[in-house]
Amino acid sequence: MTAALVLGAILALFVVAFVARPFLREPAPSNDDLGALSEGQRARLELVEERDRAVAALRELEFDHRTGKVTDADYRTQVGPLRARVAAALKALQPGAGPGRERIARN
Amino acid sequence: MAELGRAALLLSLGLVAYAVLAGAHAAFHRRRRLAVSAQNALLAAFATTLLAAVILWTALARRDFTFSYVAQHTSRRLPLGYALSAFWGGQEGSLLLWLLILTGYGALAVFLNRRQRELIAWVVPVLGGIGVFFAFMLCFISSPFGTQAAPPDGAGMVPSLQNPYMLAHPPMLYLGYVGLSIPFAFAMGALLSGRTDERWIVMTRRWTLAAWTFLGAGQLLGAHWAYVEIGWGGYYAWDPVENAAFMPWLAATAFLHSVMIQEKRGMLKVWNMVLVSLAFWLSILGTFLTRSNVVNSIHSFSQSPLGGWFLGFIAVITIFSAVLIYARLPLLRARTQLESLVSREATFLYNNLLLVAFCLTILWGVMYPVLSQAVRGETRSVSKPYYDFFLHSFGLPLLLLMGIGPLVAWRRASLRSLGRMFVIPFAVAVVTGGVLLALGYGSSAPGILAYTFCAFVATSIVLEFVRGRRATGSVVRLVARNRRRYGGYLVHVAVLLFAIGVAGSSAYQTIHEQTLAPGQSMRIAGYTLTYDRLDSVSGPNYTGFRAVLDVARGGSHIATVAPGENLYPIEGPANEASVYHDPRTLGDVFTTAQTIKGSSNIDLKVLTKPLVNLIWAAGFIFVFGALVAMWPDAVEQRRLAERYAAAAA
Repeated sequence: MTAALVLGAILALFVVAFVARPFLREPAPSNDDLGALSEGQRARLELVEERDRAVAALRELEFDHRTGKVTDADYRTQVGPLRARVAAALKALQPGAGPGRERIARN
Repeated sequence: MAELGRAALLLSLGLVAYAVLAGAHAAFHRRRRLAVSAQNALLAAFATTLLAAVILWTALARRDFTFSYVAQHTSRRLPLGYALSAFWGGQEGSLLLWLLILTGYGALAVFLNRRQRELIAWVVPVLGGIGVFFAFMLCFISSPFGTQAAPPDGAGMVPSLQNPYMLAHPPMLYLGYVGLSIPFAFAMGALLSGRTDERWIVMTRRWTLAAWTFLGAGQLLGAHWAYVEIGWGGYYAWDPVENAAFMPWLAATAFLHSVMIQEKRGMLKVWNMVLVSLAFWLSILGTFLTRSNVVNSIHSFSQSPLGGWFLGFIAVITIFSAVLIYARLPLLRARTQLESLVSREATFLYNNLLLVAFCLTILWGVMYPVLSQAVRGETRSVSKPYYDFFLHSFGLPLLLLMGIGPLVAWRRASLRSLGRMFVIPFAVAVVTGGVLLALGYGSSAPGILAYTFCAFVATSIVLEFVRGRRATGSVVRLVARNRRRYGGYLVHVAVLLFAIGVAGSSAYQTIHEQTLAPGQSMRIAGYTLTYDRLDSVSGPNYTGFRAVLDVARGGSHIATVAPGENLYPIEGPANEASVYHDPRTLGDVFTTAQTIKGSSNIDLKVLTKPLVNLIWAAGFIFVFGALVAMWPDAVEQRRLAERYAAAAA
């Protein structure tokens, strides 16, 4: 019983030290902020995701066309708008580009 | 030792409670050091829970009967492997296993994604909250560290649990159940932080796949255990506890499909949140059903008063996830729409609707006895015909969709391209159905439909590989470039083999029972079984008998089977089935025997189960396909790393 209590107390000390480690290592940090993304960074992330989706959709169309799931006529109809969507996504990500998400979504 | 175990569990409770409170405070007020401290608490909770688990395992190995749990679930003569497996044989140990896996998974998931501070800060309190429930139960309601004056021997283990499958089946299921906590916690973390981009999906993709694979493999192991151990010749009885594992698997299957639509098209965000919550909710319900004995089950060896606590926890999860999803609806709006009802996305949607409908009908069947008792005061239950009806109603269309989906293009498909893609699989299916009818297999309409659909699906999958190889030049390159898709097709092959095995072994099985004296024979489905003699057997903790029978086909001896019975002095008798696997038919000759008192005659029961071994073969392909799908893709990893680096730039 006593041995178990001593072991338990030692374990508790280790655990408390481990949990308190961030405060012990940095008692007075210059910056304690979690470092969340700013609104601008969030918007940019959405644009990057949109670009990746557009590129993936174009790749899928190419693959479906090569494997015969999309006829030549269907391919010609669909490829133009998809390429435009990729281009719009890339353009919106360029430095200095304004909010382009709505334009991409419309495409 | 028991005191140390209790202390370790109390520490675990304190740590996960701290992870909730400090974690939520840190996430809300954006405090970095406090958030890391909460993460450390989750890591430390794993260490303290592991210590508690090691103490229990040590007590089980040493048969330390001062632990009430050890005395209730083992005996001195129980082999060591089974004694160690008693860890999950009882309620308290199972809860400890839940907490151990949860804290282990949680610690690993948090550690691997610790750089995503904003999201992880909210994931930690959610995981901690789940941990608080289980740690609280272990500390105050159902402790595995209760002590007593040691009795001379323990109560032993239920004979049906003394089977090698019990070493793997329950932990595998728990790895699946608990694994669904991770995508749930990340989804809720995403909602809490307002970060509803795809990052939570990217982070949990493999966790979901792994949990789903464990659940699937665990169920197959359980099915094989039931087949070889219970002695009725079946592998799935729509038992509530079996259903409890099947339901989250169905919901997770739906999620795995619909999440692809979110990744590719940015659609179904609300639906995915609902599905991931439903899968987790069902995993808790599954644990509740297993542990509460609220509905009668062959698993009712685990009776307990935990019901109320679990119901309360289930209610908390329901309210928490529903309120959170509702509050974040504006962030979850899709920016694109389904372009056509004839597209790959649409087939995924149909697949989702069927899977969820099937899941909910099973849920209704499971809960019906409880609800009828509560509302009408009488326990009424639904049985096999109810489940079989919905299996046929939803399972057969799902099977067909597995073949249709790969043939349909993304975004939209024209009738002309569909016609061209469907012609070969359709022709193969029609020819297969016709040939089977001509061979006399029309006795079961669901059976013949299943085989026809299977032919359609198999052809469509083969064509997918052939066309893909033509487009890329090699199968290896094809699979390497798109592991998820082709790993998924391998899983579809597994489902196909499973369906063929289930249809063959259930729709076309034969059963015969007969009393035999030594030297007498029984004929069934082309086999002749001749009863030779009765042998005595003994093991480390049992004695018993085996009826030795020659199995012959066409006059030639092909095997010897020896069904019988084991008698465990503490636990009682248990049937021992004997099975001959026929490589020619991929089926089994399944035998059980009981002696007739005062003579050496036996009551012999024989089942022939055509194609049943395809079910077990499907398990290996299922796991292989899942591994291919979750194997890391270096190119994709780089792309995703660049994506999130670019966002922060």
